[in-house]
Amino acid sequence: MAGLELLSDQGYRVDGRRAGELRKIQARMGVFAQADGSAYIEQGNTKALAVVYGPHEIRGSRSRALPDRALVNCQYSSATFSTGERKRRPHGDRKSSEMGLQLRQTFEAAILTQLHPRSQIDIYVQVLQADGGTYAACVNAATLAVLDAGIPMRDFVCACSAGFVDGTSLADLSHVEEAAGGPQLALALLPASGQIALLEMDARLHEDHLEQVLEAAARAARDVHTLLDRVVRQHVQEASLLLGD
Amino acid sequence: MAAPAFEPGRQSDLLVKLNRLLERCLRNSKCIDTESLCVVAGEKVWQIRVDLHLLNHDGNIIDAASIAAIVALSHFRRPDVSVQGDEVTLYTHEERDPVPLSIHHMPICVSFAFFQQGTYLLVDPNEREERVMDGLLVIAMNKHREICTIQSSGGIMLLKDQVLRCSKIAGVKVAEITELIQKALENDQKVRKEGGKFGFAESIANQKITAFKMEKAPVDTSNVEEKAEEIIAEAEPPSEVVSKPVLWTPGTAQIGEGIENSWGELEESEKEDEDEVGSDEAIILDNIKMNTGVEVFTSGNQDAPIVLSDSEEEEMIVLEPDKNPKKIRTQIISAKEEKAPSRKTVKKRKKNC
Repeated sequence: MAGLELLSDQGYRVDGRRAGELRKIQARMGVFAQADGSAYIEQGNTKALAVVYGPHEIRGSRSRALPDRALVNCQYSSATFSTGERKRRPHGDRKSSEMGLQLRQTFEAAILTQLHPRSQIDIYVQVLQADGGTYAACVNAATLAVLDAGIPMRDFVCACSAGFVDGTSLADLSHVEEAAGGPQLALALLPASGQIALLEMDARLHEDHLEQVLEAAARAARDVHTLLDRVVRQHVQEASLLLGD
Repeated sequence: MAAPAFEPGRQSDLLVKLNRLLERCLRNSKCIDTESLCVVAGEKVWQIRVDLHLLNHDGNIIDAASIAAIVALSHFRRPDVSVQGDEVTLYTHEERDPVPLSIHHMPICVSFAFFQQGTYLLVDPNEREERVMDGLLVIAMNKHREICTIQSSGGIMLLKDQVLRCSKIAGVKVAEITELIQKALENDQKVRKEGGKFGFAESIANQKITAFKMEKAPVDTSNVEEKAEEIIAEAEPPSEVVSKPVLWTPGTAQIGEGIENSWGELEESEKEDEDEVGSDEAIILDNIKMNTGVEVFTSGNQDAPIVLSDSEEEEMIVLEPDKNPKKIRTQIISAKEEKAPSRKTVKKRKKNC
């Protein structure tokens, strides 16, 4: 932390962004032909890939089938080459399991599971390059993939990370800012209603600043939503052109 | 061990979640000064490990685990060590007093359970409430009102003001709990210095180990007498028990019901034997007949002796000394009786000879 100024006097961050500015987001839907739905997203240098299979019959034990809803199964995997030092275990370690659980919880709340009883929806997320905000990138990629698969959802699920330095809240943290050890908040939001699907925070933040940081994260998530909305519309337009409608 | 639903060995979702939450709460919040654990820079360092065992699950494991972990860390004393150049000397507990860890702050988790899409909020849910809740929000705070961790789980949709309200409630709770912890730690230190008893067994309240006692509750007996009279007045008078002789068949009589057989229930084969033998004694009447006797008593208050003829006991014929027996069984009996006098005559003859 010594020597590296996360927020300069003029209000610029390490990579030249302003406090509330997001990184450049590029997204593509329908990346793979085999999967029911797929999407690829780049948030700055963070690259994540999401693939959705379903709704299909429950694989494995039939006893897990829920009579009135679909089962959502999420797996998070972070490639060994995604971080600066080679990662030993891409999945199966506790952090990946936790991420998988959190993704499952987020999407179980957002997908209209009552429409597909006794079936299973699989969401696989792979992080190709981790440069901060991996949870947010995964959620955004998974949202696009689910939409590409045509599974009905209540609303977009848009996520963004936020931090707090020197009395100002920063939106969309990069790896350098995360490693500095300040508080980090990851927020997944349904933009239309403002409901929070998932809230996770690390490190010490004084209670009085909580509202400010939450507000910054919510605003950033809404910005992400506008971008994702544009991507979806463009994709649908392209697809309908190909079909010749 | 903690609850019937927990299977040993399996790394369940709950375990992963709990582990990660505690890791983030204790490690990422930097509650312990890890730099002070260094012995020789770049070579030797103390490793601290916290093992948690859940003994009984009555809801809200997360809060209990976080309190246990932070108190254990505060209570822990590590051996003292001194470095002189390249030499590292480790002192045992007898040589030098062990050194406590340097703890910056105490993060404590507070859980909130949500019901009915956020309409109802419960702090510190117990096991039953946990089973039916929609979702859970965990806020870890220290007494300086710094939030160390927030985590929402269970797929509930929260609103921003709900989160803020929960953080305020958490602040109050954490202040209370931290005070309690400080007092307990001071108490323990005092007791150890004075040489008294300390430890796990001492900390459990005495009443709970051996017996589950209910405390004496005062009972209001002021108007019991009046109530008793009311009950007596309203109740029906008990039926009069008149002892009347009951004639089972001519030649027998039954007065009263007799005492029940205190030898226990006779087996069925034995009962049949009794029936076969038959006799003119009233005692042999077994329990079945007793029951029918009672019914007869309530039927009427007649003066004439009642002659019973149960349809069940048609086979049983009471032996009359002057009548001829009608059935084979009784013939055998009669044969025996006839033999008896003949035996006597035989004896007489022998004597004569």
